[in-house]
Amino acid sequence: MTANGWLQILFFSLAILAIAKPLGIYMFQVFEGERQPLPRVLGPLERGLYKLCGVDPSKEQVWQGYAFAVLAFSALGVLVTYGFQRLQLVLPWNPQGLPPVGEALAFNTAASFTTNTNWQSYGGESTMSYLTQMAGLAWHNFMSAAAGIGIALALARGLTRRGGPAGAKTLGNFWVDVIRGTLYVLLPLSIVLAVVLMSQGVIQNLAPYQQVTTLEGAKQTIAMGPVASQEVIKQLGTNGGGFFNANAAHPFENPTPFTNFLSMFMIFAIPAGLTYTYGRMAKDQRQGWALFGAMAILFAVGVTTAYWAESKPNPALAGLAVDQSAGNMEGKECRYGITNSALYATVTTGASCGAVNAMHDSFNPLGGLVPLFNIQLGEVVFGGVGAGLYGMLVYALLAVFIAGLMVGRTPEYLGKKIEGREMKLAMLYVLIFPLVILGHSAWAAVAPYGVSSLNNAGPHGLSEILYAYSSGAGNNGSAFAGLNANVPFWNVTLGLTMLAGRFWMILPALAIAGSMVGKKTVVAGPGTFPTNGATFVMLLVSVVVIVGALTFFPALCLGPIVEHFLASNGKVF
Amino acid sequence: MSRHEKASKSLFDPAILEQALIDSFTKLDPRLLAKNPVMFVVGVGAVLTAVVWIRDIAASGPGAAPNWFTGSVCVWLWFTVLFANFAEAVAEGRGKAQAQTLRRMRKETTARRRVGKGEETVPASQLKKGDVVIIDAGELIPGDGEVIEGIASVDESAITGESAPVIRESGGDRSSVTGGTKVLSDRIVVRIGANPGESFLDRMIGLVEGAARQKTPNEIALHILLVGLTLIFLFACLTLVPLALYSGITLSATVVVALLVCLIPTTIGGLLSAIGIAGMDRVMQHNVLAMSGKAVEASGDVNTLLLDKTGTITIGNRMAHELVPVPGVRTEDLADAAQLASLADETPEGRSIVVLVKEKFAIRARNIVGLGAHFIPFTAQTRMSGCDLDGRMVRKGAVDSVAQWVESLGGNVPKELRDIADRIGSSGGTPLAVADGHQVLGVIHLKDMVKEGIKERFARFRAMGITTVMITGDNPRTAAAIASEAGVDSFLAEATPEMKMKFIRDEQAKGKLVAMTGDGTNDAPALAQADVGVAMNTGTQAAKEAGNMVDLDSNPTKLLEVVEVGKQLLMTRGTLTTFSIANDVAKYFAILPAIFMGVFPEIAPLNVMHLASPMSAILAAVIFNAIIIIVLIPLALRGVAYRPIGAAALLRRSLLIYGLGGIVAPFIGIKIIDVALTVVGLT
Repeated sequence: MTANGWLQILFFSLAILAIAKPLGIYMFQVFEGERQPLPRVLGPLERGLYKLCGVDPSKEQVWQGYAFAVLAFSALGVLVTYGFQRLQLVLPWNPQGLPPVGEALAFNTAASFTTNTNWQSYGGESTMSYLTQMAGLAWHNFMSAAAGIGIALALARGLTRRGGPAGAKTLGNFWVDVIRGTLYVLLPLSIVLAVVLMSQGVIQNLAPYQQVTTLEGAKQTIAMGPVASQEVIKQLGTNGGGFFNANAAHPFENPTPFTNFLSMFMIFAIPAGLTYTYGRMAKDQRQGWALFGAMAILFAVGVTTAYWAESKPNPALAGLAVDQSAGNMEGKECRYGITNSALYATVTTGASCGAVNAMHDSFNPLGGLVPLFNIQLGEVVFGGVGAGLYGMLVYALLAVFIAGLMVGRTPEYLGKKIEGREMKLAMLYVLIFPLVILGHSAWAAVAPYGVSSLNNAGPHGLSEILYAYSSGAGNNGSAFAGLNANVPFWNVTLGLTMLAGRFWMILPALAIAGSMVGKKTVVAGPGTFPTNGATFVMLLVSVVVIVGALTFFPALCLGPIVEHFLASNGKVF
Repeated sequence: MSRHEKASKSLFDPAILEQALIDSFTKLDPRLLAKNPVMFVVGVGAVLTAVVWIRDIAASGPGAAPNWFTGSVCVWLWFTVLFANFAEAVAEGRGKAQAQTLRRMRKETTARRRVGKGEETVPASQLKKGDVVIIDAGELIPGDGEVIEGIASVDESAITGESAPVIRESGGDRSSVTGGTKVLSDRIVVRIGANPGESFLDRMIGLVEGAARQKTPNEIALHILLVGLTLIFLFACLTLVPLALYSGITLSATVVVALLVCLIPTTIGGLLSAIGIAGMDRVMQHNVLAMSGKAVEASGDVNTLLLDKTGTITIGNRMAHELVPVPGVRTEDLADAAQLASLADETPEGRSIVVLVKEKFAIRARNIVGLGAHFIPFTAQTRMSGCDLDGRMVRKGAVDSVAQWVESLGGNVPKELRDIADRIGSSGGTPLAVADGHQVLGVIHLKDMVKEGIKERFARFRAMGITTVMITGDNPRTAAAIASEAGVDSFLAEATPEMKMKFIRDEQAKGKLVAMTGDGTNDAPALAQADVGVAMNTGTQAAKEAGNMVDLDSNPTKLLEVVEVGKQLLMTRGTLTTFSIANDVAKYFAILPAIFMGVFPEIAPLNVMHLASPMSAILAAVIFNAIIIIVLIPLALRGVAYRPIGAAALLRRSLLIYGLGGIVAPFIGIKIIDVALTVVGLT
């Protein structure tokens, strides 16, 4: 660990703190404001899109309507993406003549991109045509992100709108949220930032792959493609699916220290901004800062642990003639080093992005524990675009319910009572993770067709299994690598895990919004549980950690934790 | 306020404990156990380990755990269930004993039912709504109803614990009678108002027994949380079996059950119903009958409290406050005359004048008989009283009446009299003019006296975050004066029943929970509309039915105690839930290293408590988990103390004690038990 490293981490953190407010205000204007920004330019476009899609923007939806729209939109997305992959040979923009994608892989990929996971059981440049990448996958990079924002806003509206007999019953209009999210937030930012990326050397073309002769005289194929445009939304929308197999470690995706910083910045920007937007909606900015604070603390602990763990030498290389004074450099890109690899890993798993600039599989056991545990916490360390906010809000409800009683009132959040129905839904939300992660992992760990995909034995193999299903359920998409997931068993179970991790959690979240929106708001008084102070932030952090830890500690014990102790005793896998 | 006899009985009375001990076993009935999913899981685990134990004793397979270990785990799992049952039984104990007394009282009563012109004797239990019964002095009133003829003094001590008899008469606000109470004098005719099984006594029996106890909304929500956590841990433990298998570890059923039971929230799961029952019981100890646990829970949430002025905030009687002479009259002369006019006046106002004069002007009370004075009593026509003495005619009374009387004697009424009277009136007081013959002397200022200690009680309400609102028929200026003196936050002057309703509705529309107390029939709609309506036991049947609590002492500020009990109830639930979940951290550190150490000895550093052996570690965690239930029973039954220090401070405090304490305590507890196990050789 170096002072320089800490400075970089601090600088990154301050940049996120700085962007939260302006971006949050902008998004509040876009989604909740009377007038949207740039009415001259984007206004007609927005209205045109409504007309084209047959959407009446003034008509709001109740939670069932909103949920139905999300599901229908996503189901269609899965089908179309599946179609693109299967038919890519007969469709245009396939200069390499890549063959149709297999059924299980096509299903896995369709589920993966629709759910904002971007788990890739394949290498992009060798499997997907330009059209599949751009129309099929990039489409989802925008849409799944916009849908995530919409769902978070719907839950925020449910909590913050004034209920009561004559009060609100609706949560907004899904189509309006998606169109506005795309048109005003994701597209403009993408266009500007893609140009910035190109200025740094990220490629953007539709050229066929280049054949070059290397200095040694060998022939090398260099993959080309519209990388900058793909890259920018992959980060902004916390999607994470790389254009190239090497993801953000590839020099055409991530050429300079600045693009590396910008990548991480883009991952956290919208999730951080949304907490500010939420504060605006709650008409109490400190409510938003409280969520931001809890996320920031979890992030700080994670990045510190990862940085510390990766600064230690790799036990597998102990005794070899390798200079390990800098730390564990296995699986890391020299251009980024320890600090930026540890920081990137924490950011990409804290948010459900999943882009990687280093191989998490090669991290030291406790270093690898951080990304894994980050995902298992439910992707709430700023989290996926939208998903982080609604995940954290569900945790906030849980925290208020458990500890709120201790002030001698029945629990209420933002003046709305938390009752049996909300608890049922919140528990359902929390239950999904252990169900799909532990359930599938237990299955894969004892089934021969599960274990056969592992590259490593022992606890490290178990970590790979846990990581894969956690990544799927958390809609993260990063991999511990070391696992050959492109076989039917893994493709199918991971595909199902991703769908469950997305929609099985969206439905309870929206249902909570639906049951909260109509509730009357109790005015706050001196006896009211404060949800905007430091005590609440600490409480929220504890609840997130304890729920996550209690659920996964036994499994983690057998994976990274036992591996750590074994490694300290010289046993490696 | 007299305390009940029942209140003196401790919760931990030997008789109650003995009965509870028996009940803890009868409650093992799976049908009863199934109502509490958390304890049901423990029960199933206990049965499972018992089966394993018996199987191992019969034929121990290779690699099986020693029999003493399986046996000890099994026994302590049964203890866990029994301890939870015991907690509930103790909580029910006091109520059950009380219900028995009440039931005996009901059984022995007979009634004289009016049939046409005659009457017949029937058991009280056969009376139906609308029956008319006759009760003579010395007889028990057979059922709830309304007096339709006569007036009687009634001993209601069986219900209220108050030994002084009360008057019950037909018509008006004092017409309701309760079954089980005794007529002391005279004869009344009562129309029965409740069918068998629905009477006040029945409800009271149901309430104290806990038979009518329904889970409150918050209890249901908490239950869902506990079931959800149980499911999560069930899943974590079940999937651990294959995950361990992958790592080359075979987990025995005993170990998995032990881990599961330690992780699921047994502490709060075992004590939750005891907390609820004890809360209701505590309300009862304050002599308040809550019709449902929901009402008690809601009282913890109250934002606004409506109180009648008269009898609640003020004593109800006006007291002499000062003497104001008209110009040209010495205050001493006014005082002397005022005292003379009041010597024979036995009303509280009259006595308060004598006392004031004595205290302020050192004029001792004189004996009216010794003075040979002739007393003129107050009548509705003259609206004056006083005395004639040595040819002097001293009168005090309503300002108009006295002025008229003085003028009729040919005297002059100074115009200042009216000014003084107006000033007193507008400050919330009542003016009484004093005259000696044809000379007006001045005015006695009678004032509504605010009850002693009421200001402090309102301050406590405020500290709890509850706004107090005084309801009065007085004009706004009077109301404002009293309100500021009593320290209420707000007032509703010149209030009509309609205004009361509107006020409650408006508050509720603002999202506030409103509590109110009332006794009259015209209070009934407002009592029903309020979220917490406390009817006075002296009130009418209509009021009692409309409210969701009845205060047997008829003390309107009793709400303070009820609110505190409600808050305590919620806090106790919250603290024990937090404690229960926080405990799991230490249990993980006890059990997980223990079960993995066989294959991965390198994991030893995780055994932070340095527990002696894997088996003693698991056993210690199970034993701690069981014993903590017993240890926390007193806290669950008495409730966590509520302090009105503001929510933020309260939360910090509770989190520190029960959150942080909940993490630390089991580390210490498990270590101690482990040491004890090592001493007795169970490792």
